[in-house]
Amino acid sequence: MARAPLLSERARAQDARAVARLISMVEREDGSRLAELKALHAWTGRAHVIGITGPPGAGKSTLTDKLVAELRGRGRTVAVVAIDPSSPFTGGAILGDRIRMNRHATDEGVFIRSLATRGHLGGLSRATAETVRVLDAAGYQDIIIETVGVGQSEVDVVRLADTVVLVSVPGLGDDIQAIKAGVMEIGDVFCVNKADKDGAERVVREIRAMLETAVLNGAATRFSELYAALAAMGLGPDAKVETGSGAAGAAGAAAAQGDEAADGYFQAGAAHHIAKQARGHDELALPPVLATVAETGQGIKELVDAIKAHEAGLAATGLLGKRRVDNLAWELGKAAADRILSGLEADESRGFVRARAEAVLRKDLDFYDALDAIGESLRGRP
Amino acid sequence: MERKIRVLVAKPGLDGHDRGAKVIARALRDAGMEVIYTGLRQTPEQIVGAAIQEDVDVVAMSILSGAHNHLFPRVVDLLKEKGVDDVLVIGGGVIPDDDIPGLKAAGIAEVFTPGTPTSVTIDFIKQNLKRKA
Amino acid sequence: MNDMDAVKRGAEAYEAGVEKSLARFPERKKDFVTGSKAPVARLYTPVDTAKIDYLRDVGFPGEYPFTRGVQNTMYRGRFWTMRQYAGFSTAEESNKRYKFLLEQGTTGLSVAFDLPTQIGYDSDHALSQGEVGKVGVAIDSLADMEILFDGIPLDKVSTSMTINAPASVLLAMYIAVAEKQGVGADKLNGTIQNDILKEYVARGTYIFPPEPSMRLITDIFAYCSKDVPNWNTISISGYHIREAGSTASQEVAFTIADGIAYVEAAVKAGLDVDDFAPRLSFFFNAHNDLFEEVAKFRAARRVWAKLMKERFGAKNPKSWMLRFHTQTGGSTLTAQQPDNNIVRVAIQTLAAVLGGTQSLHTNSKDEALALPTEDSVRIALRTQQIVAYESGAAETVDPLAGSYYVESLTERIQAEAESYIAKIDSLGGAVKAIEKGYVQQEIQDAAYAYQMDVESGERVVVGMNKFQIKEAAPKGLLKVDPIVGEQQAAKLKALRAKRDQAKVDAALAAVKAAAAGSDNLMPPILAAVKAYATLGEICDVMRGVFGEYQQKVIL
Repeated sequence: MARAPLLSERARAQDARAVARLISMVEREDGSRLAELKALHAWTGRAHVIGITGPPGAGKSTLTDKLVAELRGRGRTVAVVAIDPSSPFTGGAILGDRIRMNRHATDEGVFIRSLATRGHLGGLSRATAETVRVLDAAGYQDIIIETVGVGQSEVDVVRLADTVVLVSVPGLGDDIQAIKAGVMEIGDVFCVNKADKDGAERVVREIRAMLETAVLNGAATRFSELYAALAAMGLGPDAKVETGSGAAGAAGAAAAQGDEAADGYFQAGAAHHIAKQARGHDELALPPVLATVAETGQGIKELVDAIKAHEAGLAATGLLGKRRVDNLAWELGKAAADRILSGLEADESRGFVRARAEAVLRKDLDFYDALDAIGESLRGRP
Repeated sequence: MERKIRVLVAKPGLDGHDRGAKVIARALRDAGMEVIYTGLRQTPEQIVGAAIQEDVDVVAMSILSGAHNHLFPRVVDLLKEKGVDDVLVIGGGVIPDDDIPGLKAAGIAEVFTPGTPTSVTIDFIKQNLKRKA
Repeated sequence: MNDMDAVKRGAEAYEAGVEKSLARFPERKKDFVTGSKAPVARLYTPVDTAKIDYLRDVGFPGEYPFTRGVQNTMYRGRFWTMRQYAGFSTAEESNKRYKFLLEQGTTGLSVAFDLPTQIGYDSDHALSQGEVGKVGVAIDSLADMEILFDGIPLDKVSTSMTINAPASVLLAMYIAVAEKQGVGADKLNGTIQNDILKEYVARGTYIFPPEPSMRLITDIFAYCSKDVPNWNTISISGYHIREAGSTASQEVAFTIADGIAYVEAAVKAGLDVDDFAPRLSFFFNAHNDLFEEVAKFRAARRVWAKLMKERFGAKNPKSWMLRFHTQTGGSTLTAQQPDNNIVRVAIQTLAAVLGGTQSLHTNSKDEALALPTEDSVRIALRTQQIVAYESGAAETVDPLAGSYYVESLTERIQAEAESYIAKIDSLGGAVKAIEKGYVQQEIQDAAYAYQMDVESGERVVVGMNKFQIKEAAPKGLLKVDPIVGEQQAAKLKALRAKRDQAKVDAALAAVKAAAAGSDNLMPPILAAVKAYATLGEICDVMRGVFGEYQQKVIL
């Protein structure tokens, strides 16, 4: 019987060198990584994956540093994947997020890894998903993905994270240029950092207004899915939960746990709730919009509470599982498409395609038959 | 897939002059390398912790305060303690020639003194990586 | 009188003639630039300075706008202060070096402190390991300060202390030492650098965040304006900004922008601008391009004078004067063929003197390698003395005024500096610009461009990328004995055993209370140093109240 590969064993014991090595193999798409990753697979799925995204200048790194400290204070082990863009001209990169967090470098319960996008247009590194799985299997309980924060990456991080924190900051010119339509829909928790600056209150108000609009328009946002699920379980903002005996008891226990979660999640958005009631609008459930000053640590505890409450809500409603299936399905689809693409780029394929093209022009074949022929030939490939 | 050279550029100790470290970081980036820059006031322990987690090929330290004889070897020793033996460790800054043999004996592969063109450092790295490219 | 049209025609004819002869006699290169990469024309004529109004723009020495100097007789009255920055190892060793320098003819002391002292750590702190006594003298308590100035009469010497974040503590120690010598604080002459903004940008010896740092600085302004009236409370610095890689115009602009921030902070704290502005001083670099540097100093004086008069409404002419210390550019010196550095320093000295500096430090030839030996320091000092006594540069005031080139350069640097200052204003001032990383990015870009120019050979550095030789390692460099760290730790142990701990605790508590409130911090800090509280202890109390600055790194 084959011995389990060494690196993965050491990684599960949280040997930093082994974890780091594995991540490098993942980045390089080194063939020998496969055996290791397969060995780790059974240990994945335990971590809470948190995405931190937002425009440059929002203070994400400082915020992440404070989140790590707070989570450590709560006894959690934490990993951070910090992604920075590679230069399109030289292929190199300066990975500077660590600067704000390197005080944790000597804490054995923290693992920080900087990844360059390496040309991947999504704003995340291609290797991010596998890197997260390695860290997950290594036993880090919370994994924070800190993204580049421009364009696609804000959307891509949704595919990897259980909880997405959207960070904005006052004073970025037309403040909400950073909060583009579409991006609003992917946030689970909203954070206005550098809240000690002028205009912070206005940004908070504007975000809440945009969230309201999204909800009123029935937009399919991440948080509306959660609320609907919580409501379906009878856990609305002011639902009462009966804890009974027997079958009802089991459901009740889950519900109680969910109630606490719902409570927590809604609590975080509660202030706004009350204001809305005061204005006489219909009950609108909105996700938390929190103000922080990462530099001083102000609001960090509340932010972590909201993140954790979100995770609890997902778990209680079973949405966590559903989301992970959705994300993994997306990732599998992309990887499959990548494989087909690589297949097509092989010399053998190119030749075949080229020959079909010539045949089409000779009128031996029409375009669609040619397409079918190519599909057939790829199917035949291992 | 092409292997990227990953370099940790670090300023150990209290020296706050980072012009050189930043210039080198940029030059390495322009040469296609991935540079992790950890900023000022790093202890040897923090530098080694970062080097391990980032799985770097090179640790490049810059000191202009004269504390190199204490801090550079300390980093090498800590790397050894943690079982890391395949990282190229280099240094730069205001370092008298007289001190260089001692530093090399302690495990610093090369010391780049003021006036060294960045291309020399880049070539040295490419030719002396301890791990195969 | 010049007939400007005739001159214009003549200049055009000259250029036409040059164009013709270029085919046979090409120029050495395509682009001629200053040390800061600004374009330099082939020739400057009265046409280039036609718009300059002598009385309005150039003026007379000692008179607004002070382009020609801040005193009416300048060096004919008194040479600039020859003030050599020195200090290393222990207070005993540095004391010896100061006495040597005074014997050799320096006219002022300039104290270099080691990094732990500059960052408010005692010599036995974990982070001090390997750093004690290396870049300057280690001062842990008043006891060390007493040794540093032993036998040096503080009423006769003026002392500049390069200390920033913990400047309050070192100033208090200096005052306490003087008291023991029987010299009142009102008799003390000197400077503390005390410029925290440039630390965040170019030098790195910060402790606390910007807001409490500004409070400490304005407390010092207020305290000294009453109790130490002959003391320069700040040396707003451009030297380090230039060393970090900025251009000449940026050096002027970012320094003056910092100055604006300090003036605004002090005015906001309730001080009258004329009460403290006369005691503000500056610190600039002297680089290789002689004419650009001279123009830079003249432009800086003009920009500041205008600002103080128009923007801040200062009424006292002393408030309008930009007085400055200069240091020759350390980053221009090479490790290769170090004797060449003596020549570089001589040119830079000339630039500073022709630019009207109030005091000057000249670097020694071995400074790219180590701290200077006695011999190389002596040569550096002699360089100043030769320029003073033999070159004729000090025999008349502002001799380069009226040069078509220099006046054009002065105008250009002024315009560029004012443009940068306006940009910083639009970002909300120096503190905000630093927070946003604007200043750091500008400096770094300039530094990188410089490095690339040197590597491509476009910028020649003699001995380094041209005219190289194979050379043996230089001998006889200064070495700081690593045992200093242990010696200081032992001293600290003895001090702590000897002193009245209750008194120290009470004094530290008073510092804490003042820091948390709004009372001036100088009196409680003075009481604490007199009780022999250590530098680290006092700074730790302030760290506890103010927090520590988290670096922003822009790459």
